Amino acid sequence: MDLIRAEEEVARVVGAAVRVDPVGAGTHREVGGRPPQEATVVRAPVGVVAYDAADLTITVGAGTTVAELTEVLVSAGQECALDPRDPTATVGGTIASGLSGPRRPRVGPLRDQVLEVRFATADGRLVRGGGPTVKNVTGYDIPRLLVGSLGTIGVLTRVILRCRPLPASVWWGVSADAPGAVRARCLRPATVAWDGALTWVRLEGHRADVEAEATGAGLEPAGACSWPVGEHRGRASVAPGRVVDLGRALEAMSGLRWVAEIGVGTVHVATDSEAALGAARAETERRGGWLLREAGAPGLDGFGIDLPNGALLARVKAAFDPTGKLAPGRLPLAKSVPPLHGEVTLGGVPAL
Amino acid sequence: MLGHARARAEPLELSLYAGDAGHERGQAAVVCFPARGEHVAAAVDVAVRHDRSFVARGSGTGLAGGATPVGRPVLIVTTRLNRIIEVDVDARIAWVEPGVLNLDLSRAIRHLGLHYAPDPSSQAACTIGGNVATNAGGPHCLASGVTATHVLAVDVVLPDATMARLGGLEPDQPGYDLRGCFVGSEGTMGIATRIAVRLTPNPPAVRTLLLDFSSIDDAAATVSGIIAAGVVPAALEMMDAPITRAVEDFVGAGYPRDAAAVLLVELDGLEAGVAAEVEEVSRVGRASGARTVRIAADDAERELLWKGRKSAFGAIARIAPDYYLHDAVVPRTRLVDVLRRVGAVCAEQRLTVLNVFHAGDGNLHPLIAFDAREPGIWARVREAGDEILRACVEAGGVLSGEHGIGLEKRDAMSLVFGPDDLDAQARLRDAFDPAGRANPDKVLPRGSRCGELGPVPPSSAGEGMWI
Repeated sequence: MDLIRAEEEVARVVGAAVRVDPVGAGTHREVGGRPPQEATVVRAPVGVVAYDAADLTITVGAGTTVAELTEVLVSAGQECALDPRDPTATVGGTIASGLSGPRRPRVGPLRDQVLEVRFATADGRLVRGGGPTVKNVTGYDIPRLLVGSLGTIGVLTRVILRCRPLPASVWWGVSADAPGAVRARCLRPATVAWDGALTWVRLEGHRADVEAEATGAGLEPAGACSWPVGEHRGRASVAPGRVVDLGRALEAMSGLRWVAEIGVGTVHVATDSEAALGAARAETERRGGWLLREAGAPGLDGFGIDLPNGALLARVKAAFDPTGKLAPGRLPLAKSVPPLHGEVTLGGVPAL
Repeated sequence: MLGHARARAEPLELSLYAGDAGHERGQAAVVCFPARGEHVAAAVDVAVRHDRSFVARGSGTGLAGGATPVGRPVLIVTTRLNRIIEVDVDARIAWVEPGVLNLDLSRAIRHLGLHYAPDPSSQAACTIGGNVATNAGGPHCLASGVTATHVLAVDVVLPDATMARLGGLEPDQPGYDLRGCFVGSEGTMGIATRIAVRLTPNPPAVRTLLLDFSSIDDAAATVSGIIAAGVVPAALEMMDAPITRAVEDFVGAGYPRDAAAVLLVELDGLEAGVAAEVEEVSRVGRASGARTVRIAADDAERELLWKGRKSAFGAIARIAPDYYLHDAVVPRTRLVDVLRRVGAVCAEQRLTVLNVFHAGDGNLHPLIAFDAREPGIWARVREAGDEILRACVEAGGVLSGEHGIGLEKRDAMSLVFGPDDLDAQARLRDAFDPAGRANPDKVLPRGSRCGELGPVPPSSAGEGMWI
């Protein structure tokens, strides 16, 4: 079956279902809110549709795994910076989860990698948003709406992704200096990660540049930074200026393993104790941030906070899925759509 | 809050703000000049309570009519909201008001070794708020991305006059990417009052090259060859023969007057990588038929080469008194086909066309030079423009890369999107603006909402629109 037929079939199933549970490889099933029970499982089509290396774009079925995508791109000396933690994840699942990879300072967040999306709507239509070119302001940015929407706006069936040349070389180094200082010594580091004791830096580019930058930044060669593992896992998000402070607070707690992305504001947290993850969340919220549950922690809420701009989010959701059938439970939005003038009210009518 | 100093309705003011740098004209009921975010909210609130639409305007450098007041709206001019509020050097983030001029921000932070990356050609005059509205680009967006990749958070007045922060300094936001939806929405989802932008460290090494060719095909093959060789330059600009000559006559940048096309290539980063890329670009250029490869020896020569590119629109005045600048994007690999088609279309309409554009990302800017006093010329200019857009779409392209849709291309949206696609966009817009108050006549054609009836008029701007 060719891809468009498979997409039409997805749209038909989604349109007819009462509750829809879009599933990829299952690697992000515990991210955010819980997947729905007793729902129709829908899987996106698989396969590379078109790839023109000279255009730096690739079109794939959303059910294609990132590993498969990478294999095709590497053969042409290119990559796509989706960078999920587990490369068996599907392209669609990675996009729907919205989780950016650790090379964000150099390649940009996940939302910058998606040029065009096609998705099945709640009422069974196939809708296309964005466009196939790297630059595009033709109408609204529907692709960014889908990134991180956890399947609650539509079921992704096909996407066009931005590609980039593979870096000429990749090198990891480590330093015991303060993480902010290490970062300031590098021009475009791919990753600056700090675990409270050491700062790991991933450099990419021309070999001579990487060597010069490593020397200038006082880095010793090291293996790649390893991200924390554990039964209960989360991702804290704070303003980049607060990430060291949050790291110090986490350091003082027991039973936590964590690595902070310096210059980004993400802290990856893992633990064998659900309570410890909850405590890390409290520390994060105390610094104006929030912690997303990524795995485990059955007793914790997926997001921990009321979603900001709840009324607006609920209106967006209702515009695409008025009955709430798409991935119910994965994004905790207000059940009913609040009226306008519901968020901040102004004083009297000003004189004109 | 909005007394005489901040709200004017005299005929002179209304006529001064009748349009942007494009060709559409309209008229506002009143023009407001807010100086604080609350003033913007108050102006929108006035529109809400008087059941009027409102339109936001920065410097008015837009070319698609996005800021043109249609239907006697409240026009809200953001140029007095022009403070750089905060610069965080360590986090490389600045909070600015929407009326800050693009180039003023980069100038203000130059001594910190930072700059704001998006650099539209109008950067000395255009506002960052306007850049956010159109998701503006510029030559240096090839490697560093357009406005959307540099905006972290936007404080906005929503169309119901409430205030909200979309996005944030935290790397991820729970829920939908409302910030991503807002950027590029051309004033149809509200008005920005504060914007947090990402700042970029100045690269230690920068090299600028000028390659000239005896055929456009060779220049285009060089563009593809550079990308295929794994080099993504900071900027990769092309100019065809007519514009190269016009620019050379105008500023004397040292461009070869007999070239069929020139490429301006900028490479930046660290020393060794830039040196290797200079080699690679030179090699690809020569292999593809470049007659000469000139590498700017110093900053003065670099600036001179760029001065030529940036003076392109000024140089047009030497050819004809009026011009119509188009903006469309095609896949890089289709550049030659589409340029040929653009040439043929304009020849058929007996129009002079010049091409100066962002070749690296396939962003074409065919520029038709003409004299508006010539009888019947507008019909030919418009017909050629429509035909060029159709050619771009047929080549797998899109309607706009950086100028936006506004009024100009609203009715061409259905060339690119089907009814269900437009319906989805209308739903997103309506979620932000259920009452249809924010810049209502722009971006989406009438009939975008499924079930919405009625014919699609050619334009709702009314009389005198195309003057």
